[in-house]
Amino acid sequence: MPGLDDLYREIILDHYRSPRNRGELPPPATHAVGHNPLCGDEIEVYLDVRDGVVHDIKVGGQGCSISQSSASMMSQAVKGKTVDEVRALVHRFKSMMSIEELDDADASVEVKLGDLEALQGVVKFPVRIKCAVLSWNTLTEALSQATP
Amino acid sequence: MTALDVASIRKEFPILSREIDGQPLVYLDSANTSQKPRAVIDAMVRCMEYSYAPINRSAYRLAAEATDAFEGARSAVRRFVNAPKAHELVFTKNATEALNLVAFSWGRANLGRGDVVVLTHMEHHANIVPWHMLAAERGIELRWVPLTPDGQLDLTDLPRLLDGAKAFSFTAMSNVLGTITPVRELCAAAHQAGAIAIVDGCQYVPHNVTDVQAWDADFLAFSSHKLCGPSGIGVLWGRESLLDAMPPFLGGGNMIADVRLDGFTTAELPAKFEAGTPPIVEAIGLGAAIEFLEGIGMTEIRRHEMQVADYALRTLTERFGDDITIHGPTNVEVRGATFSFAFRGIHPHDLSQVLDQRNVCVRAGHHCAKPLMRVLGASATARASFYLYNDESEVDVLADALDSATDIFGF
Ligand SMILES: Cc1ncc(COP(=O)(O)O)c(C=O)c1O
Repeated sequence: MPGLDDLYREIILDHYRSPRNRGELPPPATHAVGHNPLCGDEIEVYLDVRDGVVHDIKVGGQGCSISQSSASMMSQAVKGKTVDEVRALVHRFKSMMSIEELDDADASVEVKLGDLEALQGVVKFPVRIKCAVLSWNTLTEALSQATP
Repeated sequence: MTALDVASIRKEFPILSREIDGQPLVYLDSANTSQKPRAVIDAMVRCMEYSYAPINRSAYRLAAEATDAFEGARSAVRRFVNAPKAHELVFTKNATEALNLVAFSWGRANLGRGDVVVLTHMEHHANIVPWHMLAAERGIELRWVPLTPDGQLDLTDLPRLLDGAKAFSFTAMSNVLGTITPVRELCAAAHQAGAIAIVDGCQYVPHNVTDVQAWDADFLAFSSHKLCGPSGIGVLWGRESLLDAMPPFLGGGNMIADVRLDGFTTAELPAKFEAGTPPIVEAIGLGAAIEFLEGIGMTEIRRHEMQVADYALRTLTERFGDDITIHGPTNVEVRGATFSFAFRGIHPHDLSQVLDQRNVCVRAGHHCAKPLMRVLGASATARASFYLYNDESEVDVLADALDSATDIFGF
């Protein structure tokens, strides 16, 4: 069995303990809520997108260490990026979680996961992949509201 | 001194001798689904190897034998819940389907706009969503019996809630809190108000002596997979007069007396509610599970689980004090050995992940009871549930494993 050290890396616990970008944004920021129907976890994402750039993001809701730290790291990673860069990052993250595949064209684009690499161990615990991906699905939802 | 010889009982369950990473399995998730004894596995294998054939439709001896075995299982279920008549027992897919059958067959025939159905805050989604669906379809009103702070039904307002109600549908034991409800009293209150009493026995029936006549209930639903039987089969018991007056639920083969181009007539009970090929092998397995449990004795099983529950409550509170919140009653007379808890602010998912390192299997989540979770003010809990094959030593393993969770999440 993979050890818990693979899952609960220090940086994950750090984001869980002190989540970044917690809070809300007033309209016209878009707002999406994601649920994990299996465990009742809930993530809210507020997104301020102007001129094709994510100017600000705030995250709310509650959940386990994996869903919360993933949301926190995600919020750091997308802030200031263009919508296209964010979409590429979502795709890269989901492929790290083994739920999307990278083709050659994707692979040639440079996308830095940074701290998010720490979540790689989640793949060894398939039940937890849903936790890690919840905030990213919610982000995608908020993004599509912002860029209809 | 425990009421059961747990060591010998464990030997009857092949899976319990399995080790993962050289450690034994500590299976504390029987409220979710139970493990299967050799007797059930063998009965199902024997059926498929030796006497498998269709039910009710063929003249050859093999089919007659299979039909006898299938109906034998129905008789075993009748005995197990002390139903008056075997044909009052309908085999379904699970308790969920049994409750849907009541909501949509009895409900559509008897409920219209403004009619009231009373439920409780501790119901499983299986006893909520079908009624919500019926409410959307025909405008019935749902009322809810609230809970006391220690997780029992608060019956103070029951007469007012039941006033004018047509049905009261409630669980006999909560799958989250472990609370055992006063079923006989609740049935009487329903009848007093002119309502029928529908009992969700999914958690109660596997752990207690069940007697639908002593309860004076009208319907009882439960699942085989929680009482050592296979998944894929459940039971609805209903009072004959009610079942007789109800329209069929699913249409198809087996449930008809005649089919013409302009319509159909229904078969007698229980076939009327058993459309299509039934779960034949599963019924045989369920019959074997009931015989297995009867061989040990439901009274003894309940007494054993009360001891384990008492030990668990004492051990966990002594070891962890205010660091653990165990939901539900502390009096084992009114609770089973199912414990939902919050521990040191650690999220249940993380907790169950850490416990899994020691092969301690507990459920984490909302347990298909989201309205109840809102009452508890939690989005999820961890739940440890014990059965006849669990004993006090597994409470200790659970407690040790909980301690190790603090090593990672102790902040
Ligand atoms: C109280 C209660 N009712 C109904 C059900 C539904 O049972 P099934 O999923 O077997 O249909 C359950 C199962 O968890 C339960 O605990």
